[in-house]
Amino acid sequence: MTALLSIERVKARYGPVEALRGVSLTVDEGEIVALIGANGAGKSTLLMTICGAPKAAEGRIVYAGQDITGTDLHDMVKLGIAQSPEGRRIFPRMTVLENLQMGAYLGDERNLSGDLERMFALFPRLAERKYQRAGTMSGGEQQMLAIGRALMSRPRLLLLDEPSLGLAPLLVAQIFATIREINRAQGVTVLLVEQNAYHALRLANRGYVLVNGEIRMSGTGQSLLDDPDIRKAYLAGGHG
Amino acid sequence: MEYFLQQLINGLTLGAIYGLIAIGYTMVYGIVGMINFAHGEIYMIGAFVSLVAFTILGTFAFASPVLAILIVLIAAIIFTSVYGWTVERIAYRPLRGSFRLAPLISAIGVSIFLQNYVHLLQGAKMKPLQPIVTGGFVMTGDGSFPVRITYLQIGIIVATVVLMAGFTLLIHKTKLGRAQRACEQDRKMAALLGVNVDRTISITFVMGAALAAVAGLIFTLYYGAVDFFIGFLAGLKAFTAAVLGGIGSLPGAMLGGLLIGLIEAFWSAHFPIAYKDVAVFGILVVVLIFRPTGLLGRPDVEKV
Repeated sequence: MTALLSIERVKARYGPVEALRGVSLTVDEGEIVALIGANGAGKSTLLMTICGAPKAAEGRIVYAGQDITGTDLHDMVKLGIAQSPEGRRIFPRMTVLENLQMGAYLGDERNLSGDLERMFALFPRLAERKYQRAGTMSGGEQQMLAIGRALMSRPRLLLLDEPSLGLAPLLVAQIFATIREINRAQGVTVLLVEQNAYHALRLANRGYVLVNGEIRMSGTGQSLLDDPDIRKAYLAGGHG
Repeated sequence: MEYFLQQLINGLTLGAIYGLIAIGYTMVYGIVGMINFAHGEIYMIGAFVSLVAFTILGTFAFASPVLAILIVLIAAIIFTSVYGWTVERIAYRPLRGSFRLAPLISAIGVSIFLQNYVHLLQGAKMKPLQPIVTGGFVMTGDGSFPVRITYLQIGIIVATVVLMAGFTLLIHKTKLGRAQRACEQDRKMAALLGVNVDRTISITFVMGAALAAVAGLIFTLYYGAVDFFIGFLAGLKAFTAAVLGGIGSLPGAMLGGLLIGLIEAFWSAHFPIAYKDVAVFGILVVVLIFRPTGLLGRPDVEKV
């Protein structure tokens, strides 16, 4: 199997702080890969670096056989990479519908109504709130919107940053079920950043553990779940 | 009553010009978050291009005023667009991402530069223009004070309403408008969705410049004389209009413009004309005390 995304010894800096210290990982086509780690380990930075903000200071990012290390942020969607970023970053003063339309900004107009239908089927809650300003919705609804918006571009690779953050347990299970469905039914490759290691590793084919800007461990989702060190560090307190 | 009506018409006309310029301030502020202090100068250039173009057309003894205005309008829009685009490219874009005051100072520099540039090129004297659009009709002829509305005034008010409606639709209903609002709210996220932020900002400057050209053309037609300094006070007033209406709000800019036009007209009619600017800025202060976000500005209520 060939890697859809391969990150090779990537370093990234925010000013003087080295946030990524030579990270290498691969994501194969059709996989769900989880990236777990503590707060500040560099998970979100890695997702943003893939998209080119900040640009990788060293190393290479190869996507679908093409070096995208220096590619502009606004060209990522064209390549088929979509991100639901840290903090969701929905457009608060736009309606739910407008947010979704923004997701399809570069897409073919003819697909728009069909894709909106699919998104509303996937997240019925968003259909109810279609004309509501996104900033007035609850955290969970905003999360659905952020994922829906990313999907509107019909991505080949979906980067999800903490989709379960701040959600009620019932909603967490629902979001993870949705991610599985997106992956299985639509064949979207997913790179998932999570603090909720239990759910993430159960969902993922493979996982990586990021510590202080370096990959500390990797393996299949199940093998990482069974690893005593991981259990101790990330799964303490049960199913979080 | 007749006097009131006459001042209302005059005030609305003046307000329309302020409003058109104010939209340029408000759009740029809304999207880039900076006050483009050179915008008044772009308007002045629009007025000068109109004057020069009319003069050139005049030497060919151009017959149809409507066609002449159309040609001049296109010329003015092309020129101001190029200026607007260039100013953004040279003076603002390199400073994007630096501290907030930097582009503001750069804008003031551009403003001074453009003023002196036109001063050198055109001289300091008022340049007059023959009236192009003449005539009008009397609305109430029976009293001792006939209320006149000229064709030009009607044209100005209609054009302003149409442009205002057009731009509001553009911002709220089109893909370009959505991209502009997205850049306003979260530039990085907009880029992540494929919006070319630099290009969107350039387009915004060009749109503002085009409106300034219309305002400049209107000024030339209405007052019949232009000098290099008209952009300064008009820019200041239009900026005041934008703040009064709520900066970032398109209808607010228009409302602010109209209010300022009306205040000036009515103040000049009843009180010493020398104090009309004091009245305008006094009202601004009062409004900002009670509504710091302006009349139609939004107090940011957001759930994070």
